[in-house]
Amino acid sequence: MTAGTVPALLEVRDLCTVFETESGTVRAVDGVSLSVQKGQALGIVGESGSGKSVMSLSILRLIPSPPGRIARGQVLFDGKDLVQAPERELRALRGKRIAMIFQEPMTSLNPVYTVGEQIGEVLELHEGMDRAAARARTLELLQLVGIPAPDSRIAAYPHELSGGMRQRVMIAMAIACRPEILIADEPTTALDVTIQAQILDLLARLQRELGMSVLLITHSLGVVAEFASEVMVMYAGRVVERAPVRELFERPLHPYTKGLLASVPGADDAELDRPAADGGRVRRRLATIEGVVPDLAHLPKGCRFRDRCNEAIAACAERDPVLMDFPGGRQAACIVAQAALGAV
Amino acid sequence: MSSATATTPLLAIDDLAVHFSSGGGFLSAPKQTVYAVDGVSFSLAAGETLGLVGESGCGKSTLGRAILRLIEPTRGAIRFEGQDITRFSQSELRPLRRRMQIVFQDPYGSLNPRMTVRAAIGEAMRVHGLVKGPTQEQERVAALLARVGLREDAMSRYPHEFSGGQRQRIGIARALAVEPRFIVADEPVSALDVSIQAQIVNLLLDLQDELGLSYLFVAHDLKVVELMSHRIAVMYLGRIVELLPRQDLAARARHPYTLALQSAVPEVDPKKRKKRILLAGDVPSPIAPPPGCAFHPRCPIAEKGLCDRERPVLRELGPRHQIACHLAEKVAPGGAEHASD
Repeated sequence: MTAGTVPALLEVRDLCTVFETESGTVRAVDGVSLSVQKGQALGIVGESGSGKSVMSLSILRLIPSPPGRIARGQVLFDGKDLVQAPERELRALRGKRIAMIFQEPMTSLNPVYTVGEQIGEVLELHEGMDRAAARARTLELLQLVGIPAPDSRIAAYPHELSGGMRQRVMIAMAIACRPEILIADEPTTALDVTIQAQILDLLARLQRELGMSVLLITHSLGVVAEFASEVMVMYAGRVVERAPVRELFERPLHPYTKGLLASVPGADDAELDRPAADGGRVRRRLATIEGVVPDLAHLPKGCRFRDRCNEAIAACAERDPVLMDFPGGRQAACIVAQAALGAV
Repeated sequence: MSSATATTPLLAIDDLAVHFSSGGGFLSAPKQTVYAVDGVSFSLAAGETLGLVGESGCGKSTLGRAILRLIEPTRGAIRFEGQDITRFSQSELRPLRRRMQIVFQDPYGSLNPRMTVRAAIGEAMRVHGLVKGPTQEQERVAALLARVGLREDAMSRYPHEFSGGQRQRIGIARALAVEPRFIVADEPVSALDVSIQAQIVNLLLDLQDELGLSYLFVAHDLKVVELMSHRIAVMYLGRIVELLPRQDLAARARHPYTLALQSAVPEVDPKKRKKRILLAGDVPSPIAPPPGCAFHPRCPIAEKGLCDRERPVLRELGPRHQIACHLAEKVAPGGAEHASD
């Protein structure tokens, strides 16, 4: 998994995306590096304001500018730096070699065109297919993403489909040109849990069958745990921990990751209740991370998580921790973990 | 109903139904009936939480609102503190409103953006005559804010100045301002980040223990419901399909829909990964619910000739355990938990 022999398909180096706001320049993404191998499922998890969505949009330079701007860093894909590439080259890349799906398919689908017209357009534009070939391929794609009766659904308008079906259409459109990477930004957040299970199952199958890399961005620890082979945890614009999925969930290193895991209901299998004095039962309380995420315009000195951290020491107020390597090919940005375990 | 308490329950719902008509306008599609809630019965004891879980369109939020008479029920009875309030007029309901409150998913939508927190909470107290004069009102609002974990300086601020979690605390404070006995909590933590969600869940639990509140806790997240509730009712297409004590959910649940819901929840612990029961298709429309058992088109064990013809009624399966499934006896209890991969 670590950088080494095989060159990464996508490599982000020290990416920094800033926004001009009333309260000054805010670094929504502040020095993020990552690499995605061919066929890999990388999960990026974080809460609101962690910068995970801005990071994913920055990869394809989809940040609205102004107010946003990539201030620093590189996005290397196939030997090219997408940060510096001309817009024309990016346009040829988006949707063809790197595709993206979002939380709410209704906002990405055009309400006045049928499903068939929208997928067909992608095929005609990027693959140069004629109308008949595009229609045949569209039917194949609808079948592939598990849409029942594709013959009739091809003529449906987005509003005639359920949320789950719309997300399937978005996925069909995204994989139409057999992209090498699919960036999925909260693809199941708006869906019911049984439909979410269907969509995650579909994404995993496509990843396997098409040998596609998937960058899954989500706030749900459960979703990354089930889907990704490797996970990055983001907090206030930074990556605070990166590890293979099993290691991350079994032995989190960063106090923020530990806190997040403990605050998931059902994460801890200890008894739900304990007996109360009156013979009833006291329900278990969840572990919490006190406080709220810091205002990016007024970050504390030192570690950004310090105010909410129950392991913080005096030095945390002094030093802004960087990602350090730990045994087992993992990384964390925490000087307390470093002192306890010894970074490599 | 199923609770074995000798005393009158705080709330008893009997065969409650809410049907809406849709369409039927000039030149539009013929009039259709939406069976949003279709014959729901349960009771709730003082200090108890009933968790109501189900997917979009199952009728759980409509049910919560119908109980408070914010939506008029089509059929059935609502008894609160022993009184049948189903046909109460608005003026008869007013004194009761103090005792039954609601907390919404998005408190922003329910807070007046031009009112300070002090004014919004104080108003509720004044309307119900719970405070004498501005000094007492000020003190009570301050105490309430402290109780829900907000600083006193929150009083003079406006709703937009707060984060989602803080706004939910304000929504809870406003509901508590009138000293209710019963609160419908409608997806109160669904829009919150996980670390904030945990704070609000704990606050609701603490308040219940302190004040003896009863909650109808409506949510789509089975894990949150399990943590919050004493008993859990699973809804599908307007009906309760299974109702059981929360400690029995993991090992004793038998309805194929409950089992599918359980297995669909993504598991954070890789060691506890379950075999997933993938349901085919979407939740059917409540306009034309399938004949027989509404779940049969997606059910992995449905029997032809039975489940597609006869509608199962909610019946006792064991102590405090009710189920609406013809085949419940054939299902391995808590199936999803044991089918390890």
